[in-house]
Amino acid sequence: MKTLLIGEYRQGKLLDTTYELFGFAGQLGAETALFLVGTDSQLPAYGGTLYLADVAVCGEYSPELHKQLVLEAIKKENPDQIVFLHSSYGWDLAPRVAASLKVAQVSEVVAIQEGGYEVGCCNAKMRRTLKPATAQSVITIQAGAFEGVQPGGAPQIVKLAPAGASNVEFLGYEPAEEKGVDLAKAEIIVSAGRGIGKKDNVGIIAALAKAFGGELGASRPVVDAEWVSHDHQVGTTGQTVSPKLYVACGISGAIQHLAGMKKSEFILAINKDKDAPIGEVADVLVVADLLQFVPALTARLSQ
Amino acid sequence: MKILVCIKQVPDLESRFKPDAAGVWFSEADLAFRVNEYDEYAIEQAVKLKEQLGNEPEITVLSIGPDRVLEAIKKALAMGCDRAVHVQDSAAHLKDPWQIASIIATHAKDQAYDVIFTGMQSQDRGSAQVGVTVAEQLGYACATTLVGFAYEGGAITAKLELEGGIKGVAKLKTPALVTCQLGLNTPRYPTLPNIMKAKKKEIAGVPVADLLKEEALGKTVSFHPPAKKGSGLILEGDVSDLVEKVIGILKDKTAVLR
Ligand SMILES: Cc1cc2nc3c(=O)[nH]c(=O)nc-3n(C[C@H](O)[C@H](O)[C@H](O)COP(=O)(O)OP(=O)(O)OC[C@H]3O[C@@H](n4cnc5c(N)ncnc54)[C@H](O)[C@@H]3O)c2cc1C
Ligand SMILES: Nc1ncnc2c1ncn2[C@@H]1O[C@H](COP(=O)(O)O)[C@@H](O)[C@H]1O
Repeated sequence: MKTLLIGEYRQGKLLDTTYELFGFAGQLGAETALFLVGTDSQLPAYGGTLYLADVAVCGEYSPELHKQLVLEAIKKENPDQIVFLHSSYGWDLAPRVAASLKVAQVSEVVAIQEGGYEVGCCNAKMRRTLKPATAQSVITIQAGAFEGVQPGGAPQIVKLAPAGASNVEFLGYEPAEEKGVDLAKAEIIVSAGRGIGKKDNVGIIAALAKAFGGELGASRPVVDAEWVSHDHQVGTTGQTVSPKLYVACGISGAIQHLAGMKKSEFILAINKDKDAPIGEVADVLVVADLLQFVPALTARLSQ
Repeated sequence: MKILVCIKQVPDLESRFKPDAAGVWFSEADLAFRVNEYDEYAIEQAVKLKEQLGNEPEITVLSIGPDRVLEAIKKALAMGCDRAVHVQDSAAHLKDPWQIASIIATHAKDQAYDVIFTGMQSQDRGSAQVGVTVAEQLGYACATTLVGFAYEGGAITAKLELEGGIKGVAKLKTPALVTCQLGLNTPRYPTLPNIMKAKKKEIAGVPVADLLKEEALGKTVSFHPPAKKGSGLILEGDVSDLVEKVIGILKDKTAVLR
């Protein structure tokens, strides 16, 4: 079996997550080749074939162009699987490649199983096993699901030159918003999820945070609804935290939230749904209505 | 200008899911359904664009699924879409993303839509494929994961969400397809007068066989709960007992309570 792994490069840097692709290929027991739109002054620690296109010419986000380049590498390499990260780069580019080849795509794989690939569904509460029906297939892997592996060595470079024009013009990056609260330093974080129901209930969660002497965190819907400002958001598009105690109140446990907090030393979750996926990472899951439990816990702590 | 919005109806995700008889998807018994959260942002952005252009554009909303999806369609019409296409398919859950995309693309092929909005992903299936695949099949320019949208003179300026709160800014000429991320806007609640008005709007029913010409490229082998990785403790019962237990555990297992 042969895989073509699609590496990532952003804001002038090779992204470390690229090595997770090797973790996946290793589990699959497949040969590898790597594709990257990057630069030869920053090469990955990998001794195999590297299909390299120059980022100075091709741009970091230019999907139509990158698609053509990936297709050229596929023609040369003839891989069985073309593997992307399920990231903003991967979920944008992978379906373009799959559609051009008219082959199956399996998105956000969390595990390799006999007979197929396992993926999450129903907001991570359930799983499906999927099997491509085409000889070649496109795979995207969930961030963090496969341990990064640095193969080491220096690559044999096959240069790819861009052909064709882009139909999307990239204008540049906008930096992340300034952080008012640095959650990364907090020892205790108490986070509010959509389960709090309405803005008025933020106070209940903030009171528990105060009783613990900690900071207030939040899941994305709470921030999107403007109940809490963005600098409190925990997750892939917010902050990554690892406090001594993380309390998740009314948070279901979507992967993008877990990615930001699962390294916490101790996780206490309060959820009325016993099956909520937050249970997969929680040390203690309290099955209760947070509107009753949280004020009671706050009162007990304040005694 | 002509606008298309693609929406999916998904189950309430706080439900308990059980496999269906074939073991490849969930059983619909006892489930309540609603509009896919990402698609609500797509509907809202379409309506905002229409308003920006003096209500000149016509917005079509399309959904593929069994008759229950009419509820989702009616919500989109009450939010401000003008007309609807219901692609009738009681087995939509068995179609792969390639087939779902091809149904939409076949409908859109001779409609000359200028802008197509989809969600970034569906909450139940989460393939994040259908939107981009439609764009590929139609040869439209496409950008994904929008947290910002501006339109001026035949071009869209899109703000794309990247990891860690960084955003990318890209410009694409219409015809174009964009996929909408959470927080792109604030989806409106349909008002009673608009719900009444929506009742008069046209919903065209189209049998799926009229639009589906493609075979599936992949198949689902099984639908199952995750293998329980969680080694955590689950506590249930009376609130005051729960509080005492939690305090005890925190004193025991963490250094945060002295
Ligand atoms: C590209 C991308 C990036 C993302 N980035 C982030 C990110 O950085 N951070 C983030 O958090 N999300 C992020 N998300 C969104 C993520 O996928 C989820 O939608 C989100 O985390 C869900 O938030 P939630 O758990 O608060 O809400 P829900 O999933 O709606 O869960 C609410 C929970 O509250 C429980 N509940 C309801 N009422 C009560 C009650 N009275 N008492 C107790 N429990 C109750 C319910 O059982 C449910 O489990 C991202 C998504 C995408 C696609
Ligand atoms: N059955 C459907 N009917 C209409 N649109 C759909 C359907 N399934 C998916 N979509 C659209 O495609 C987007 C991505 O879905 P998915 O590829 O399943 O994650 C959704 O947000 C919808 O906009």
